[in-house]
Amino acid sequence: MSKYILRRLMITIPILIGISIILFTLMNLAPGGPEAVLMGDDISAEAAARIRTNLGLDQPLPVQYMRWFSSTIRGDLGNSFRTGEPVLSALADRLPNTLILTLSAFMLSLIIAIPIGILSAAKQYSLIDKVATFVSFIGISFPSFWLGIVLILIFAFQFRLFPASGMATYGMEGDILNRLHHLVLPAFTLGAVRIATFMRFTRSGMLEVLSQDYIRTARAKGLGERVVIYKHAFRNALISITTVIGLTIPALIGGSVLTETIFAWPGLGRMAVNAVFQRDYPVIMGVNMVVAIVTVMANLGVDIIYTFIDPKITYN
Amino acid sequence: MKDIKLEKVERKPTSQLQDVWKRFRRNKMALFGGMVVVGLILVAIFAPYIATHNYSSQNLTNRLSAPSSEHFFGTDGYGRDVFSRVVWGSRVSLQIGFGAAGIALLIGIILGAIAGYYGGWVDNLIMRFTDIVMSIPALFLALTIISLFGASLVNTMIVIGIIYWTRTCRIVRGEFLSLRNKEFSEAALAIGSGDARIIFRHLLPNAMAPIIVQGTLFIAQVILIESGLSFLGLGAQPPVPSWGNMLTEGYKFLSIAWWIATFPGLAILVMVLFFNLLGDGLRDALDPKQKIA
Repeated sequence: MSKYILRRLMITIPILIGISIILFTLMNLAPGGPEAVLMGDDISAEAAARIRTNLGLDQPLPVQYMRWFSSTIRGDLGNSFRTGEPVLSALADRLPNTLILTLSAFMLSLIIAIPIGILSAAKQYSLIDKVATFVSFIGISFPSFWLGIVLILIFAFQFRLFPASGMATYGMEGDILNRLHHLVLPAFTLGAVRIATFMRFTRSGMLEVLSQDYIRTARAKGLGERVVIYKHAFRNALISITTVIGLTIPALIGGSVLTETIFAWPGLGRMAVNAVFQRDYPVIMGVNMVVAIVTVMANLGVDIIYTFIDPKITYN
Repeated sequence: MKDIKLEKVERKPTSQLQDVWKRFRRNKMALFGGMVVVGLILVAIFAPYIATHNYSSQNLTNRLSAPSSEHFFGTDGYGRDVFSRVVWGSRVSLQIGFGAAGIALLIGIILGAIAGYYGGWVDNLIMRFTDIVMSIPALFLALTIISLFGASLVNTMIVIGIIYWTRTCRIVRGEFLSLRNKEFSEAALAIGSGDARIIFRHLLPNAMAPIIVQGTLFIAQVILIESGLSFLGLGAQPPVPSWGNMLTEGYKFLSIAWWIATFPGLAILVMVLFFNLLGDGLRDALDPKQKIA
């Protein structure tokens, strides 16, 4: 098992290197290069050349990349163009906030979507199935941030049940209930699309399994419907459900950009948006790298979970 | 011996397209979806005749007025008519939807076809590249590229296209892998057809069904992505009205003028919903084997 995980971990390394090359290339494709921002418009050609030499920007790109790469793996992601603060510490401040939000949204959507998906498949074409299918269809058809806006309008402004922004009330950051209270609307906003997609995955995965011969056999043996559905069908459907859920992880993390912006949630997504408007390239590069690492790790996690679920996969 | 009289049964041969149409027609929701999509395209084309006001003319004495018979969807913070802006906004959504989907399909088809047809290390290289692109959350990547090249309608279209080709690439590759070993492509090879001819004449037409389905569903997704980018101010730039940047405007006045954000949001919902319905129906009609995924 540990050998399998190790091997799987090794595969992630070339992927991360590939991502870093793509990002690095993109940064250098920018008109004028990243340093254009740092120098401003009214700078003499001589001074510009001096800055380029100081920063090592007159070196060939592969050399620049190797230098960037070696400092990055040592944890030095450079300093923000705007604040001068090390990018790594800024990322370390924001990352947990994004993880809290995305993990809550993820758990919330699993808890809601899977039971409904199972029920929907078990009672195909029933009223419950029709309503659930219709609602999930609507769910994948509107922008999640718009749902966030509507939720703020209703639950924050109209009924004043939940706060509209932030992670905690100022001065009450240690209060877990206060934090949970702030988490409800953003987590639901980010999770809503996932609820709809996971429900569709679960339903179609279950329907596929339920039409198999071994399910007929199980029923013919006289097993109760409950055992057939949960023990025989769901266990097997879980394999395909896990695969497709794993594929949606990048979209879930990407969704944090808009959710964090709407709810003023101090995470990586909002950090990226601000950095983009300030053209703060070291920060943009750093956020992308961290987000890619989180995604790759999450996919690794799914692969490991997968080996537990699927008895056909052995790891030796 | 009794005379056996053979009666010739007249039955018109049906083409593949007729079969598809027959299957598609049976799906009432998909048919409805298709009609609404056509309707929305007509709205975009005839926007100048449907809009009741100029989309950019401001009227500061009449700002934030609620929906009325003069302004069906009310007015925004500059006194602009929300209804007319929603009508014009359909152009941006459809332009970016079709444009970005076209770019993504083109890249995905080319790379997927090469990977699936040639196999071996070429396949390996392309698929690993696809894995890498898929590992960067798309919205973050989009933000990055737009920050480098600037926000505009055309840039947004290109950026979405060059980020989201991966799924098409995987689908086309899978199709090609299985089609490559079918008898008809071996026959084509045997009579001396070149690679290009086999790819474009024999394999691609057989892989069109999933590509069309993917393309339709993808347009729906692009419209959602575009609205998000425009909402952040990284899509179509004002004064061009896009549903996304109208939502930004509406977000500012959320507590006092609900209509500014509500109507563009509903417009997005309607357009995306019916593209999805159409795509689902096309999948059932064109490609009955495919599942939701």
